[in-house]
Amino acid sequence: MNNIDFSTKVIEMKGITKKFGDFVANDNIDLTVHKGEIHALLGENGAGKTTLMNVLYGLYLPTEGEIFINGEKVQITNPNIAIEKGIGMVHQHFMLVDKFTVVENIILGKETTVKKGNWNTGHLDIKRATKEVEELSRKYGLYVDPNAKIEDITVGMQQRVEILKALYRGADILILDEPTAVLTPQEIEELIQIMKSLTGQGKTIIIITHKLREIKQAADYCTIIRRGKKIDTVKVSDVSEKDLAEKMVGRQVNFVVDKKDIEKGEVVLNIDNIVIKDNRDLNAVDGLSLELHKGEILGIAGVDGNGQSELIEGLTGLRPVESGKIILNGEDITNKTPKYIIERGISTIPEDRQRRGLVMDFSMAENFILEKYHKEPFSHGNKLNHDEIRKHAKELIDKFDVRPRNEDQLAKALSGGNQQKVIIAREVTNDPDVLIAAQPTRGLDVGAIEFVHKSLVEQRDRGKAVLLISFELDEIMNLSDRIAVIFDGKIVAILDANKADEKTLGYLMAGGGVDDERKQA
Amino acid sequence: MNALNDLGLIIGISLMYAAPLIYTALGGVMTENSGVVNIGLEGMMTIGAFIGATVGYYSGNPWLAFLCAGLAGGVLALLHAVACVTFSADQVVSGIAMNFLGPGLSLFLSRVFFEGATMTKPIPLDQKMPRPLNGVFAQNSFLDLVFNQYATVYLAFLLVFIVWYILYKTKIGLRIRAVGEHPRAADTLGIDVYKVKYLAVILSGVFAGFGGAAMSLAAVSNFRATLISGQGFIALAAMIFGKWTPQGSMWACLLFGVAQGLVVYLGGTNIKVSSQLLAMIPYVLTLIILMSFVGKVTGPAANGVPYEKNKE
Amino acid sequence: MMKENRLKFTIIAILIGLVIGAIILLAVGYNPLEAYGIMIAGVFGSPKYISWTIIKSTPLILTGISVAFAFKTGLFNIGAEGQFIIGALVATLAGYFLHLPPVLHAIVALLLACLAAALWGGFAGFLKSKFGVNEVITTIMLNWIAFYLSNFLVYWDKFKRPNSEASQKILSSASIAFPKEFGSSLGSFFNAPVNFGFIIAILVAFLIKYVLNDTTLGYELRAVGFNKDAAEYGGINVKKNTITAMMIAGAISGLAGAVHVLGVTNEISILSAMEGNGFDGMAVSLIGGNSPIGCIFAGLLFGALKYGGYKIQPIMGAPSEIINIVIGIIVFFIAMPKMIEGLTTIRSRRKRGGEVERSK
Repeated sequence: MNNIDFSTKVIEMKGITKKFGDFVANDNIDLTVHKGEIHALLGENGAGKTTLMNVLYGLYLPTEGEIFINGEKVQITNPNIAIEKGIGMVHQHFMLVDKFTVVENIILGKETTVKKGNWNTGHLDIKRATKEVEELSRKYGLYVDPNAKIEDITVGMQQRVEILKALYRGADILILDEPTAVLTPQEIEELIQIMKSLTGQGKTIIIITHKLREIKQAADYCTIIRRGKKIDTVKVSDVSEKDLAEKMVGRQVNFVVDKKDIEKGEVVLNIDNIVIKDNRDLNAVDGLSLELHKGEILGIAGVDGNGQSELIEGLTGLRPVESGKIILNGEDITNKTPKYIIERGISTIPEDRQRRGLVMDFSMAENFILEKYHKEPFSHGNKLNHDEIRKHAKELIDKFDVRPRNEDQLAKALSGGNQQKVIIAREVTNDPDVLIAAQPTRGLDVGAIEFVHKSLVEQRDRGKAVLLISFELDEIMNLSDRIAVIFDGKIVAILDANKADEKTLGYLMAGGGVDDERKQA
Repeated sequence: MNALNDLGLIIGISLMYAAPLIYTALGGVMTENSGVVNIGLEGMMTIGAFIGATVGYYSGNPWLAFLCAGLAGGVLALLHAVACVTFSADQVVSGIAMNFLGPGLSLFLSRVFFEGATMTKPIPLDQKMPRPLNGVFAQNSFLDLVFNQYATVYLAFLLVFIVWYILYKTKIGLRIRAVGEHPRAADTLGIDVYKVKYLAVILSGVFAGFGGAAMSLAAVSNFRATLISGQGFIALAAMIFGKWTPQGSMWACLLFGVAQGLVVYLGGTNIKVSSQLLAMIPYVLTLIILMSFVGKVTGPAANGVPYEKNKE
Repeated sequence: MMKENRLKFTIIAILIGLVIGAIILLAVGYNPLEAYGIMIAGVFGSPKYISWTIIKSTPLILTGISVAFAFKTGLFNIGAEGQFIIGALVATLAGYFLHLPPVLHAIVALLLACLAAALWGGFAGFLKSKFGVNEVITTIMLNWIAFYLSNFLVYWDKFKRPNSEASQKILSSASIAFPKEFGSSLGSFFNAPVNFGFIIAILVAFLIKYVLNDTTLGYELRAVGFNKDAAEYGGINVKKNTITAMMIAGAISGLAGAVHVLGVTNEISILSAMEGNGFDGMAVSLIGGNSPIGCIFAGLLFGALKYGGYKIQPIMGAPSEIINIVIGIIVFFIAMPKMIEGLTTIRSRRKRGGEVERSK
C-alpha cells in the first residue's frame, strides 16, 4: 500500500463497452488505477474481466469508451501501441512458443539484431540478447535459464518468462490474467512477493482473478465485474472475502458443500503400482498405488503436470499401462479397451471437455449416446433408431436442465456450463461404480460449479465411488472425504479431508514430503 | 573408368532432376513454417514452368524468364494467401483450387500464345539456362558429368542455404516460425501475423515458380501439359519427409532425384529392367521411410489452422 | 438453415466462376456468350450429347462420393486417383482373363475391382493408424505407384494388345453396356456407350448417405471424423475406423475406374500422365458440399462443363482449358464462404440503405 502514488492515475478507462455481435461483453465500465498499485479485477468466468483487459492491451477495439494512460488520451488499436505506452500483459494461457528458447520468446517482436553502422542486418544477435535477459532477470529477481526451451521448463518458470517478456519491452503497467491458476501454494506465495517487489520499483499491476484469498493477500484495490457491468471498486483492507464473493455473484454464496454422513464401503478400484509413460516416453505415472472405496470422494491434489492426465488416460484405457495392475471389482482391467472399461463400470468426466468430452459438431442427442450408440434401444443390429435417440435426449435435457431445450442443437453452440451438463448427464446415466471427474469445473461460473459439485456428491451419497482430480485446492478440500497428493507420478501422501490443511497440502504438492523421506532414507 | 563415368552420369542427372523439386520443397518449407498448408504448389510450379518457357522463347533471356516464372508463381500464391489468411479459407480446398487454376491458366494461355498448341515452342539451346562450368572439365569426364550443370541447379543449393539462414538466423525467420507455432503469441507481441503469413505464402509461390522454370528452361527446353505432372506433390512429400526444414527437404529431394537418375541411366543401358518398376522405386522407398522414421514427427504446431484476429 | 446457406454459397460460387471465365475469354478476344452457347448446345443439343454428358459424369460422381465420404470421416483422400487406376486395372484384368457367363462376369469384375481398390485405399488408412503417417502423403505416393503398376502390367506381353498402346479389350460378357437391341428403338440417346454405370453411381450415393446417417458404422465414422479424441474416449476404435473409412473410400473410387472400363473404354491405355479422375473428384466433392447426393449434381455439372467445354475448341478455337479455370475459381470461392458472406451482406446492407458497419 505504501507504494501507491495517488497523484498519478496511470490508467483511466471511461465508459468502455465492447460488443461481439449482439453479445455485450463489457457494458459501460470505468476503471482507475494509480501508480504503484496492485489492482485486482474480480469476476466470475465470462464476466468480462479478460475482455476489458484485452481492450486495454489493444487486442480488441472497444465499441465505445475512452482510455487515458498517464492522463493522456490514447487510441490503442493494436498491442504495439499498448507496448509503446508501457503496458505488458501476461495471459492466462501463456503466449509462449514451446519450441523456442526462453531468450527467443522474450525478444520475439523486439529482436536484438546485428547492426553495421546504420544498416540493420536483420541477423539475430542471440549472445547480446541473452546478456540483456540475464541482466533483466537479475534486476527484478526473476531467475530463468535463458537457453532452456519452453517445453522443458516448469509452469512457474514459464510465468516468469512471461513477466520478463513484458519488462523487456519496458512495461510499467503489468496485466496478469489469472496468474495463479496453475501454481502451487508456494509458487503463489513467491509470485505475490514478486508483485510486491515490482510495485516497489514503481511498476503498477492489474491482476485478473476469481480467487478471493489472493486478492486479500496481494491487492490494494479491487474492482468487481458481473455480467459485463462494473459493480464496485473497493479498498481490499476494508472488506471481507464473503463481501467480495457476494459482490461477484450477486447473491449469498454458500462455500460449504452438504454431504450425507455415510460410512465408506469396500474397495471398488485398486490401483497397484502402475507405471504410465507420457508422450515424451518418460514415466509420467511412476509406481502409483491407490485404493478407492464405495461411498467416498477421493480427491487427488497436485500441480499440473505431475502425471494426472496420464493417470486418467491409463485408467480409462486411452494410454497403455507399462506395468502394475488396475483392479475393478476384483477384475483386472489393465490395458483393456476404453469400451470394455466403460462397460465394466468406470465413467469419466474428461479433463478437456471440448477435446475429449464432446463431439462439437454432433447434436446434443448424438453426444448423449457416444458410449451407447451400439446398444438397444439406440440401435438394432447396425441400424440407428433415431426416435429412441431423440427420446433419450429429451429425457436427459429435462432431467439435467440443459439449455437450450433442443436436442438438435450442436454441442459447439452450447455454453461451457451446459456442455458440462451434457457430459455429466451422459456419464451419470451409465450408472458407473467409479466416476472419474477431471477438472470438472474448469472455466465454469458459480452456478454451474454448484451443479457439478452437487452431482458428484449425489454419486457418493448413492454409495458410488468418485475420483476427483483437480488443480483447485479449494475444490479438493471442499468435496473430498480423503485427499491423495500426487507428485512426480506417485501418491506421496493420503490424508483425511477434515485433517488436511492447505499449508500441509501445498508442502506435499511441491514435493516437500518426498525430500524428507529421502533425507530419512 | 567407364564405371566412374556412369556414376558421374547418374549423379549429374540426379542433380538436374532434384533441382526443380528443391525449389518447390523450399517453398513448402516457407509457407508451412508460417502455418499455411499449400498443396497448390503443384499448380504454382506448373504456371512457373509455362511462363518461364514462354518468356524464355519470346525474349531469349533465360534470367528474365526465370524471374517471370517466380513472379507468376507468386501471383497465384497471392490468391492462396488472400483465401487462407484474410478469409480463413480451408487451406487444402484453396490449394486444390490452385491446382486447377495453375495448369488451367497455363494450357489456356499456351493455346493463345502458341497457335492452339498445348506445348510451347522449344527454346534454342544457346538461350536456355547457361551452364557456368561448361568447358572447364574435359567433355564427358566424371567431373564434367557431375558439375557441368545448369545455373538453376547451383542456385537451388544456394537457395537451400539462404532459406536456412533466413529461417533460423534472422529476425524475420524467428517471426515466421513463431507465427506458425503460436500465432496468438506473436500477435500479442505486436507482430503482424497476417503480413508475415502473406510474405511466406507468396515466397512459396515464387520458389515453386522457380522450380517449374528449372524444369522448362533447363531440364528440358519447353513447356508441355505433362511436364510437371505430380512434381509439386512430390516436393510436398519431400518437405514433410525433411521434417519441415530446408536442409532435410534438400536430402529428400536428392533421393527422388537419384531415383530419377537411375531410371534415365538404366533406360540407356542394355540391362533388362522395366522402366515402370524403376520409376516406382522412389515412391515405394518414401513409403517405407515414412513408416520407419517420420511417423511421430509433426509439423509446426499451428500449421493449417486459420488465424482469426478478433475472435473470442 | 446452414444447408440452405451452403447451397446458396455454392450457387454464387458457380456464378462467379462463370462470370470470371467469361471475362478471361473476353480479354483474349473470344465472345464468351458464343462459347457458353456452344457448351450448352454441346450438352443439350441432342439426346446423344446428353447421354455422353452422363457417361462422362459417372466416374466423377463416384470419385466425388469417395472423396466426400473420406472427408466426412476426417480423412483427406487425395488417393482417389490411384484407387481409380487400380479399379480400372483389375476390372480390365478380370474382364479379359476370366471366362464367366454374362452378368456374372461383370459383377465379379466389379467386385474384384472394388476389393483391390479397397485394399489400396485401406493401406493408406493402415499406415495412418499404425504408423501415424499422414494420409495425404501416403496417398500421393500410392497414386504414383498405382500409375506405374498399371503401365507395367499393360506392357506385359500377355496383356498388351499388339501394335497398340493399350491392353487387350475385355470380353463382351464383362461389359455393363446396355444391350444394343435395347437401344435401337430409342433413338440417338443410345448412339453413345450408354451403360449401367450411372445407375450404379446413384445407388452408391444413396447407399453411402444411408450408411453415414442411419447406421452405427456411420455414427462411429462421423464421430471419428469430427473429433477422434472424443470418439476414442467414448470407446470407439479410432484406428479400425480409419482403416475402414479408407477402404470404403477406396472401393468407391475403384468402382469408378471399373465402371469406366466395363461401360465405356473396354480397355486401359498406357498412361503418360495422370488422367485426373480422382483430382476432379475432389472438386466434385467440394462443389457437392461433401454430401453423397450433392456429388450427383456436382458430378453432372462438372461432366457437362468438361464435355461441353471440349467443343468450344474445334468450333470457335477458344481454349477448352477455360473449363479448368472456371472450376478452379468455383472451388476457390467455395473455399472461402466468409468472402461470399461478406459480399452478400454488404450488398443487402446497401439495399437497406444502412451504413456498412466496419468492425475492424
